[in-house]
Amino acid sequence: MSYTVLAALSGLSASSDGGDGFEAPTPEEFYQPFFGSGDFSVTRPMFLFAISAVIVGAFLIFSTRKAAVVPGKAQWVTEQGYNFIRNGIAQDIIGSKEFLKYVPLLFTLFCTILVNNLFGVIPPFQYPTMGRVGFPIALALLVYVIYQVIAFRRKGVLGYLKDLVPAGLPGWIKPMILFLEIITYFITRPVTLALRLFGNMFAGHMLLLLFILGGEYMMFHASGFHMKIFGGASYLLAAVMTVFEILIEFLQAYIFTMLAATYIADSLSEHH
Amino acid sequence: MGGNIAIIGYGLSAIGPGIGIGLIFAAYINGVARQPEARGMLQSIAILGFALAEALAIFGLVLAFVFKKGV
Repeated sequence: MSYTVLAALSGLSASSDGGDGFEAPTPEEFYQPFFGSGDFSVTRPMFLFAISAVIVGAFLIFSTRKAAVVPGKAQWVTEQGYNFIRNGIAQDIIGSKEFLKYVPLLFTLFCTILVNNLFGVIPPFQYPTMGRVGFPIALALLVYVIYQVIAFRRKGVLGYLKDLVPAGLPGWIKPMILFLEIITYFITRPVTLALRLFGNMFAGHMLLLLFILGGEYMMFHASGFHMKIFGGASYLLAAVMTVFEILIEFLQAYIFTMLAATYIADSLSEHH
Repeated sequence: MGGNIAIIGYGLSAIGPGIGIGLIFAAYINGVARQPEARGMLQSIAILGFALAEALAIFGLVLAFVFKKGV
């Protein structure tokens, strides 16, 4: 959807409420069911997530099907991305002994999140899937289960708890540190992992919505010529913010993948 | 006066992470300026620190929407 179409389709356009003032976008904008009702409705983000899976899968298969020694354009892109994840993230963080096992997971996470984030600025999708909190929670849960299972398998319950407390602390402080570390490992880490991605995508898209809808309102519904200029400025800022959003989207995909790798590396390492 | 106190809460919660992220990147720039070849190593550390600090501001943002009672 282009800017004006977006504004026209949203119920926020002031023409619908008789021009009695601008209504700022609310989080309800993100709930866009296609069909069905209540808890079982099929919504736009679900649809987009399915599309993203198809896109990622199709592109990876297409670019590596006729893998040549001298890569073509598509193969080059895939190889660059894969090398970045394999060497830049997995090998650096997990260490060169055990990293290969986790490269597929990290690469999949990175591609999925990146494509879903970029949906926020690519017409005709223009909806960041991760702006609905359920999707980041699902991804974070996946990572959470994986790193906890690795740790418990590797160390056992007692070893796990012993690993949480760094050696060489005075005895009286150990219970407190243990408590804090348990909170960190079992609650804070998955919650922040999910909320970071969600919050960034949600807030960024909200910002774009506000600039675009505000610009549309000032251009077409507000009275006075100076408002037209403000509306134009608002559109301009929306364009600038779109560029900034693209940067944030890449960064968040990278951060999510890197933190997943960090947590897995933590579970694998013997000492805290 | 209109508005919502939850948004003030978000504003307050953004102060700390803002300062923190500034400090992190200041240190990162310093490090790269002194040792340009250490850039790759420092970059991941800087981004990790940035992500951890930023999480607090994101909490504030989410809670601002959670505790916003009917506008």
